[in-house]
Amino acid sequence: MQHVEEYLRLQARRRFLTSTGMGLGATVMSSLGDNQPAQAESMRLPPGVDHVIFLFMAGAPSQLDLLDPKPDLAKLFRQPLPESVSNGQRVTAMTRGATQLVAPSMFRFAPQGESGLEMCELLPYLSEVADELCVIRSMNTNAINHDPAKTFFCTGAEIPGKPSMGSWLSYGLGSMNRDLPDFIVLTSAFWTGGTRNVQALYSRLWGSGFLPSRHQGAAFQVAGDPVLYLSNPAGVDRDVRRKMLDAMQRINQQHLQEIGDPEIRTTIAQQEMAFRMQASVPELTEIESEPEHVFELYGAEVHKPGSYARNCLLARRMVERGVRFIQLFHRGWDHHNILPQQLRGQCFDVDQPSAALIQDLRVRGLLDRTMIVFAGEFGRTCYGQGKLERDDYGRDHHPRCFSAWVAGGGVRGGTSYGRTDDFSYNVVENPVAVRDLHATMLHQLGVDHRRLTFPFQGLDQRLTGVEEARVVHEILS
Amino acid sequence: MRCSYAALSILLTLGSAVADPVDFNRDVRPILSGRCFQCHGPDEAERQGELRLDQHEGAGAAYSAITPGSAADSELWRRINATDDQQMPPADSDVPSLTAAEKDVLRRWIEQGAEYSAFWSFVPPRRAAETAAVADQRWNDSVIDRLVYPQLQRAGVQPAAEADRRTLIRRLSLDLTGLPPTGAEIADFLADESRQAYERVVDRLLHSPHYGEHMARYWLDLVRFADTNGVHHDHLRDFSSYRSWVIRAFNQNLPWDDFTRYQLAGDLYADASRDQLVASGFNRLHLIIDRGTALPEESYTRNVIDRVTAVGTAFLGLTVQCAVCHDHKYDPITARDFYQLFALFNNFDGEPETGGRSGTDFRRGLQPPYIRLETPEQAQQLQALDAKLQQLDEQLKPLREALKAATGEQQEQRRKQLEEQLGKLDQQRTAVAAERDALDELIPSAMVMKERADRRKAWILVRGQYDKFGEEVFPGTPEFLGGPQSTETALLTRRDFAEWVVDRSNPLTARVAVNRFWQQLFGVGIVRTSEDFGSQGEWPSHPELLDELAVSFVESGWDVRALMKQLVMSQTYRQSSAAAAELYRRDPENRLLARGSRYRLDAEVIRDQILASSGLLNRELYGRSVRPPQPAGLWETVIMPSSYPKSYEADTGAAIYRRSLYTFWKRGMPPPQMTILNAPSRESCIARRERTNTPLQALLLLNEPEFLKAARHLALQSLQSEQLDPEQRITRLYETVTSQLPDLQTREILLSGLEELQAVYVARAELADALLTGLELPEGIQAGELAAWTMTVSALYNLDATRTRE
Repeated sequence: MQHVEEYLRLQARRRFLTSTGMGLGATVMSSLGDNQPAQAESMRLPPGVDHVIFLFMAGAPSQLDLLDPKPDLAKLFRQPLPESVSNGQRVTAMTRGATQLVAPSMFRFAPQGESGLEMCELLPYLSEVADELCVIRSMNTNAINHDPAKTFFCTGAEIPGKPSMGSWLSYGLGSMNRDLPDFIVLTSAFWTGGTRNVQALYSRLWGSGFLPSRHQGAAFQVAGDPVLYLSNPAGVDRDVRRKMLDAMQRINQQHLQEIGDPEIRTTIAQQEMAFRMQASVPELTEIESEPEHVFELYGAEVHKPGSYARNCLLARRMVERGVRFIQLFHRGWDHHNILPQQLRGQCFDVDQPSAALIQDLRVRGLLDRTMIVFAGEFGRTCYGQGKLERDDYGRDHHPRCFSAWVAGGGVRGGTSYGRTDDFSYNVVENPVAVRDLHATMLHQLGVDHRRLTFPFQGLDQRLTGVEEARVVHEILS
Repeated sequence: MRCSYAALSILLTLGSAVADPVDFNRDVRPILSGRCFQCHGPDEAERQGELRLDQHEGAGAAYSAITPGSAADSELWRRINATDDQQMPPADSDVPSLTAAEKDVLRRWIEQGAEYSAFWSFVPPRRAAETAAVADQRWNDSVIDRLVYPQLQRAGVQPAAEADRRTLIRRLSLDLTGLPPTGAEIADFLADESRQAYERVVDRLLHSPHYGEHMARYWLDLVRFADTNGVHHDHLRDFSSYRSWVIRAFNQNLPWDDFTRYQLAGDLYADASRDQLVASGFNRLHLIIDRGTALPEESYTRNVIDRVTAVGTAFLGLTVQCAVCHDHKYDPITARDFYQLFALFNNFDGEPETGGRSGTDFRRGLQPPYIRLETPEQAQQLQALDAKLQQLDEQLKPLREALKAATGEQQEQRRKQLEEQLGKLDQQRTAVAAERDALDELIPSAMVMKERADRRKAWILVRGQYDKFGEEVFPGTPEFLGGPQSTETALLTRRDFAEWVVDRSNPLTARVAVNRFWQQLFGVGIVRTSEDFGSQGEWPSHPELLDELAVSFVESGWDVRALMKQLVMSQTYRQSSAAAAELYRRDPENRLLARGSRYRLDAEVIRDQILASSGLLNRELYGRSVRPPQPAGLWETVIMPSSYPKSYEADTGAAIYRRSLYTFWKRGMPPPQMTILNAPSRESCIARRERTNTPLQALLLLNEPEFLKAARHLALQSLQSEQLDPEQRITRLYETVTSQLPDLQTREILLSGLEELQAVYVARAELADALLTGLELPEGIQAGELAAWTMTVSALYNLDATRTRE
């Protein structure tokens, strides 16, 4: 057994189970199995959803230009932002001291689908699935700079070192499959908006923090092995590997008899799992068997490894194979300048594949069991940064409000939730903090966010942190 | 933590009835801390109903919450048994209600007089009482054994026999130097029949230069040592001089109190030595953002908080950072305490964010204040070049002025002349400047701590927000520990603080240090939560032993090497790790110490062991970070287009075979060979690594190209250097990799495996050739044979026994 890990896991599980009135005996029994969840299935709230696909738009897309239409702002072009609106809001070092002049969006919005949800002209494909989307316009966050804000969104805390969303789920819910990780991360290798406004990522965004490391996200690589060190080296084929493993396992078995440490059994099991992954991962990532109409659905970019489109298709295949949490990162949204031009490129990347993912899952009957979330780490200011023309402007960071959309997974489609003021500056109705979105996501997976805890540094730590979080029932069907 | 407490208590008594007299610290405090303190603890702002249960005064005063001697008359007892809305903890809170066993502990405690006692780790350690002689003579020599043995007896278990000599020398070598023993070292030990044989090995290892490297590695986790900023662009940041200092400090056996003093305040010594200054770089190891996006004031505050957090974790074993926003929920650390510490580390004379991209500082990952560690010769060269630059500047100045003055058409000729002259000189200057920069870049430098001349004021920051000032505070130590404070006439300095940290009266420093060294050798600390000695940390498994070791450590003059020797000389340490499966099941972490500890080796040791036993290891000490090959494209998935460095360019030659503690550490994407095996990202201070066993680890060890090349290298060396029959060769290689001899069965398994592999590789020459790519096959060596041996060695490297400390 992994000493520290097992012991901690046992503790945490015991804590959960004692808190829910389940006896200790049952816990000890379940700890003997491998890859068991920290929470027994029976302990979960009525589950509806099994998977989350988190489409993370790193850099923070502009809500004003994509999801939170403010057509009346056009009349206020280059007018100063009333101080009553900004109300002492802190700004970044980039626009501190500059005059804040309103920059209306140059893009048009129109009602779409049966629901009449207002959609932006830059998102024609998503407009077609508008009836599946729930747009949350009242998201807000604590941090104003990318690094802490991304860390906050992905781990629930600005300070690095906390477990990420996917690792909490892996820890709390356990595996649905024998041959693949519970939590897989796919990063886009390129983005059409250009490299000028690209933000960094950190492996902590999918790290397991203080949770056992087997819950950390497995970041699939674009080039080479999708999982690090997956392939046999040149000169070693499956036959050779099998022979080598056979000899090793006989010796390991013998050692187990002599020493008595059950950890040796785990080593044997994990080496065998590695061997199985060498077959299951390529089966997952080799998309050639997909029919042509699927490729067409996701768009031509799907043929490029590392594209957002390819990653969306892979995400669907992962859901089919029982991966619990899939997180896509698409960079290039930090539009401090030439926003219109860059936003077009970014939307070209994500619009069609995101819509395709929804449709594809729906056709396969998987959409109800899969929650899709599309969000960046914060929003952007309604005042311009740098050059300010009707059709050329930039926007600075804005944590007070931003927009996200959610689809599938028991969410009420064709709706919007929450409202911002006329400047998309402050939330005026139904605020949704990042931790509320976390709590809602966990709730849909049958987990009470207050109960999913892990003792560390003297606290029962949880994804939603110490402040009260709220499940946003209003967006659920 | 109540759960860990319960488990530990059950474990140590192994089923026997819980001892009758209730001990407040051991039995009661964990329950109150876990279930009550959140609302009835030290945090004044959160306190409910004016009831405070962490102190006697608070518990007796309000509502007679606790009436000593009578549970029936105690409100607390009534409330925890209530089933209506009076129930505590409230049914709708996150806090689980008390179990029957926990209630029973509280009842007995109240009945027995409800005595409070000060928290164990906040009271200075005392030497253990005279220990009774132990029946087993071998367990009598060391105080460690005399304190461990009685617990074994109480638990009804026999200690394990001493491990065999091969296991012992392997264990010692890996534990003290992080490297396996060589064949000759094993042979010497086996042949040494004297009584001092074991001790000789211990002494040899403790004086190996690799001892310092190995000891430093643990410290580097603790202080989050890395080669990049860790934030935003995650630019280069060079701390290699600090690393070299840590290694040297261990190798020179710098007393632990000085090791502590220099890091906290080395810059404040009069005529501070180079080493003291380099050590003060401890205060610069925090994450730091590059200029341009964050607000500098906020960055500054973050840095100080990070610095103070590190001091808390590394030296005091306290989670002081919990008091950044509010009084600590569980420990008596107030927000005021935190900001008094903050005030001590608040006076840094330097920029809170890293600077622009121009100049050599940026390229070298340096930021002022830093010191140059040039040799006298280099200093001379620099001086000469500087003089030359100055001379050139002096020549250039009048020419430039003349050129400016030479206006009008008549002067055209003159201008041409001047421009020509200027051009030549300028060229010369550029060349000299480049030479100077090149030399400068060769000279190692070290970022250091420096105190501002005028003191920066400090306040309690409301909810930890950088711009929400509460009451002003002055430098001081946490009040509950009774240390020195600033007075009206004298402000406490960092030097004063450092002296208090290593003062005999400080209850934490020695315990925390000793516990970590213990953890290093036994896999788990006497206090498991080696980063947290507060009330939410775990009660020590052997409190008397911890205190005894702490006191004798201080009395020895904080002699780390002597302490390490004392630990490994004990019989407790020397036990065999073979045990009945039942004992492993009951005590998976070996908290009872009824056997030798057995755990997977750390990432660095696994890699270094492969390099050492294969013969590839480059044993060079100290110096800059190196970049062994890693899979392509990893950095590209995280960097920004303007991050520096931007791409991972692997070194070549001997550099890639240096020990793993020299591997370049990018916080945003640390080396996968390390992180897959649980190395932390070095973004925060880590006092203990977790240890997992995953398929990704199996893939790494099976497929990492450099590991396989090492196997190939060892196979080839063996085939070339010795004429042996396959069975002898298997025995020899098995010993090289595991330090053990294979038994008959193991030999047969390996031999038949070898034959099968050889059959495959001989039949499929292309497969063998692929495995041997890049290798010029020496005469007399058959490709199929070498390929089969390579895979056999690789199998040895992947055995559980090889990757495990036994």
